Amino acid sequence: MWTTWVRERAVSSLPPEKLLPDRQPSYVSSWIYVFGVATIAALVVVVLSGMILGLAGPAWWHTSSLGRFFNGIHLWSVEIFFFAMVVHLWGKFFMGAWRGGRGRTWVTGAVTFLIAIGAAFTGYLSQQNFDSQWIASEGKDGLNSVGIGAFFNVANFGQMYTWHVILLPVAVVALVVWHVLLVRRHGVVPPYPAKGQK
Amino acid sequence: MYTPVLAALFDLSNPAHYVHWHFFQMSVANVIVILLMIAVFVAAILIPFPKRERSW
Repeated sequence: MWTTWVRERAVSSLPPEKLLPDRQPSYVSSWIYVFGVATIAALVVVVLSGMILGLAGPAWWHTSSLGRFFNGIHLWSVEIFFFAMVVHLWGKFFMGAWRGGRGRTWVTGAVTFLIAIGAAFTGYLSQQNFDSQWIASEGKDGLNSVGIGAFFNVANFGQMYTWHVILLPVAVVALVVWHVLLVRRHGVVPPYPAKGQK
Repeated sequence: MYTPVLAALFDLSNPAHYVHWHFFQMSVANVIVILLMIAVFVAAILIPFPKRERSW
């Protein structure tokens, strides 16, 4: 049965004690290790506030006080998401977090960062205000000049909204899940050895 | 209620301020965010993490 194969592969690559550990190496007790989970916490708020905005619609998020509040929550959680993600990226870069067979962990994080930029861009295009119109009119020429304007039309609200609320969030969340599972499988990267040590 | 106060602090009705130095051009808002990220990064490395007695 394929289910047996999947189960055995899953359990052997990620046994429960690795998937849900109850302790971490001593070097993890530093503030710099907090920013990965801070990024995920911000992402949860981004997704939840985005769901509320999407269900209620542009007229609500532009005109009612509660709608503007959730619009603000969505914007500022995105700001925190990128802020924490950049600090996380810098920390992992200087730790050389791709060492010790952790290449895929590094790459999934880097790709998530790039896709998240696209998610933010399509979000600005989905605001349904003059700001989004300005960004679309400025962005279309750049995208046309690289030949993708016909497939990725920033002046097409429906298309940008679909990218923003379905395709890119699914990609970001799926990559984050994969990234976290890889961290659990390979563990947190140890610090560089001190001078003279190997 | 707080809108006039915030509007006084962050007047968004005027063109944004920019830092322009040779080829480098960036809005002041973005410069502040980048400086804040650098400050938080340095603080995260320097500030000791609180130690907690483990109960397990």
